[in-house]
Amino acid sequence: MPSNKSVSEEPITQFVNCRILKDHQLQREDLWVREGKILNPEKLFFDEEGYADHQVDCESKILAPGFIDVQINGGYGVDFSQGCDVRGGVALVSKRLLEHGVTSFCPTLVTSPPHIYHKVLPEMEVHDGGAEGAGVLGVHLEGPFISREKRGAHPEHCLRSFQQGSLTDLLEVYGSLDNVSIVTLAPELPGSPTVIQELVKMGVTVSLGHSVADLSQAEQAVQQGATFITHLFNAMLPFHHRDPGIVGLLTSDQLPPNCTVFYGMIADGIHTNPAALRIAHRAHPSGLVLVTDAITAMGLPPGHHTLGQQHIQIDGLHAYVAGTNTLCGSIATMDMCVRHFRKASGCSVEAALEAASLHPAQLLGISQHKGTLDYGSDADFVLLDDSLHVKATYIGGEEVWRK
Amino acid sequence: MKLVILEDYVQSSEWAAKYIRNRIVQFNPSADRYFTLGLPTGGTPLGCYKKLIEYYESGDLSFKYVKTFNMDEYVGLPRDHPESYHSYMWNNFFKHIDIEPANAHILDGNAADLQAECEAFEQEIAAAGGIGLFIGGIGPDGHIAFNEPGSSLVSRTRVKTLAKDTILANARFFGNDLTKVPTMALTVGVGTVMDAREVMVLITGAHKAFALYKAIEEGVNHMWTVSAFQQHPRTIFVCDEDATLELRIKTVKYFKGLMHVHNRLVDPLCSMKVQRS
Repeated sequence: MPSNKSVSEEPITQFVNCRILKDHQLQREDLWVREGKILNPEKLFFDEEGYADHQVDCESKILAPGFIDVQINGGYGVDFSQGCDVRGGVALVSKRLLEHGVTSFCPTLVTSPPHIYHKVLPEMEVHDGGAEGAGVLGVHLEGPFISREKRGAHPEHCLRSFQQGSLTDLLEVYGSLDNVSIVTLAPELPGSPTVIQELVKMGVTVSLGHSVADLSQAEQAVQQGATFITHLFNAMLPFHHRDPGIVGLLTSDQLPPNCTVFYGMIADGIHTNPAALRIAHRAHPSGLVLVTDAITAMGLPPGHHTLGQQHIQIDGLHAYVAGTNTLCGSIATMDMCVRHFRKASGCSVEAALEAASLHPAQLLGISQHKGTLDYGSDADFVLLDDSLHVKATYIGGEEVWRK
Repeated sequence: MKLVILEDYVQSSEWAAKYIRNRIVQFNPSADRYFTLGLPTGGTPLGCYKKLIEYYESGDLSFKYVKTFNMDEYVGLPRDHPESYHSYMWNNFFKHIDIEPANAHILDGNAADLQAECEAFEQEIAAAGGIGLFIGGIGPDGHIAFNEPGSSLVSRTRVKTLAKDTILANARFFGNDLTKVPTMALTVGVGTVMDAREVMVLITGAHKAFALYKAIEEGVNHMWTVSAFQQHPRTIFVCDEDATLELRIKTVKYFKGLMHVHNRLVDPLCSMKVQRS
C-alpha cells in the first residue's frame, strides 16, 4: 500500500495482543510507536490516514513503562564510586540492567573523597538509552553531607558539613553539579536550608537521608524544596509516636500545597520488614518509589567485594560491611523488588509497576516523557509475564533485550 | 419493509451483524468494486459493531475493500474529544478492523466552511458509487441521524440545530452538564439515506417503542422522520421484543410469522475464508 502519511515517513510499529499500563490500569490496547515515541493511533488514522508498517505480537503479555532505578551503586563487579574506568563501568552495568527491565537509572556515588567526585562526575554524562544499555538520567550523590551517627556503610573520614551553607560547599567537594540529578543530605546539618534552596533552584532533586533529623527539621527541609527520602526507615531515626522523625513526612500536614514527598523503598525483603513496608505504603501509596540500592556484588556470586572505600561480604541475599552486621546495600534486582513489593503489600499489579516507573519519573520531574505510556512519551517499555518476570525490554521502540 | 423481531438486544445485534456480513461477503468486494456502508453511532449499534469485529478477528469478514460513510458529527467539538463521533468510531470499530483510513469518511464538525463540508460529503458518496447499505438507528423522537422532527423528508447533508429532546438525551455523555452538550451537528439528510440501495434500521429497547410505532404504523410524516422509509423499496427494521411494545399485536404476529423467511438472509452464514480457498 502506498504511504500517504503526512507527518513523517518513518516506519510505524504496532504492538498487538498485549495488556498495556495506561491511566493506572492494565487495558487491552495496542501500542503504536514511531521514531522512538509512543504514537496516537487515532490521530494517525484521521489526520494522516496512516497505518502500521509492521506489527509485533506480544503474546498476551503485560506491557509496562520501563523501570527507573534512582539509587544504584554498581553491579556485576562494577563500583561506580571506585573511580577507575568510569565509562566502561557505567556501560557494563547499563547493559546488564536491561535484563531487569530497567530502561533508565541514576548511577549513585556513596560518600567519597573530593578527588573521586572530580574524576568520576564529568565521565558520567546524561545520555539516552538504546541497544548499548539503559539511559543515564543523572548521578545520585548520596553523601558526604550526611550524619555521622547514621552513616551506615559510608566511610567516616569522608563525611563533611556545610562551611558556608551555600553551593560553594558543594562545588568544593563535587567539583561540578553538571550531570547530577539527586543529592542526598542530612537536613539537620547547619546551613542546609540555603543549600537545599540553591540545589532546587538548579533543578537538582534534594533527598533526605542518613540523618538524625526530627520531624520538624525534615518538614522545614521539604518547605525549602526537598522532595525525596532516601531508603525510608534505613539510616534515619526510627518512627516514634511523639516524634515520627523523617518517617513522619509521609503523613505530615506541614508540607507546601500540591507537594508530594516521594520515598525510596528497598523492597528486597531484607532492608525493611514487610510489615513496615505495608505501613509506609498504606500511609502514602502515591509517594512510594522502588529502588534497588544495588551494590557492586549484585549479579555476582557470594564472597568478598569492595564498595567505595569499604569492604563487603555477600551471604545469600544479604550484603554486610565485612566483619559486622551492618547492611551496606542490596543485591536485589529491580524486577525482584517489583515482585516482592507486590507480594508483601498485596497491592495491584498496576501499583507495583507504577512504583518502579511512574513514581520515579514524577520524582525527577520527567514524567512528560518517561515512566508512562502516554502519547508522546519515549517508547521505553518492558514485556512481562503475569508473575512480573521480564521477558523483553524496549528502548525507543527497539528491542534491546529478550529472554 | 421487513420487520425482523428478535428476543433481546444481543440477538438483534447478532442478526444485524450477520446480515451485514452476508451482504459484504456475497458482494465480493475488490479494489475495483468497493462495498459502501453507511454507519451510525450511539448505544444501539454497539452490540452489532462488536459482532462485526469478531467476524473480522475470526477471518470471516474483511473491511479492506469497504468504504464507510458515517451519518453525523457534532459541530465545534474537538475531534479528539471522547464524545465526538470520530472517537466513537475509532474506539468502537475502526481500531479493531482492517479498514483503510482513507476509506473511512466522517463529517468534519470543525471545518472552516460547514456548508462546503456537507456538499463535499455528498459528492464523496456519489464518487464512491452511492451507498450500498445504510445502517441507522432511531431517536426517541423518531429522528434518523440528526434529522430532527420537522426536517424535510427530501433533505440532503447539512447543518442542523439539535432539538431539546436530543440535547437532554445526550447530556449523560457530557457529565449531565447541559452547557457542555453541542447544540449543532452536521448530518446526512433523510433524502441522502433514502438514496441508499438498501437501508437497515436498528431499534432496541422499550424507550424506542413509541417512535417505532409512529414510524411504521402511522403515516409518513416529517415529525417522525424515520417514517420516510415506508417509501423506500428495501428497508429492514431489526428490533428486539421491547421495541415492539407499542405496535399492534396483529403487526407483530404477522412479522414474527415471517421469521423463517427472514432467517434465510442470515443462514447460511457466508465467510470470506471460503471464498479465498
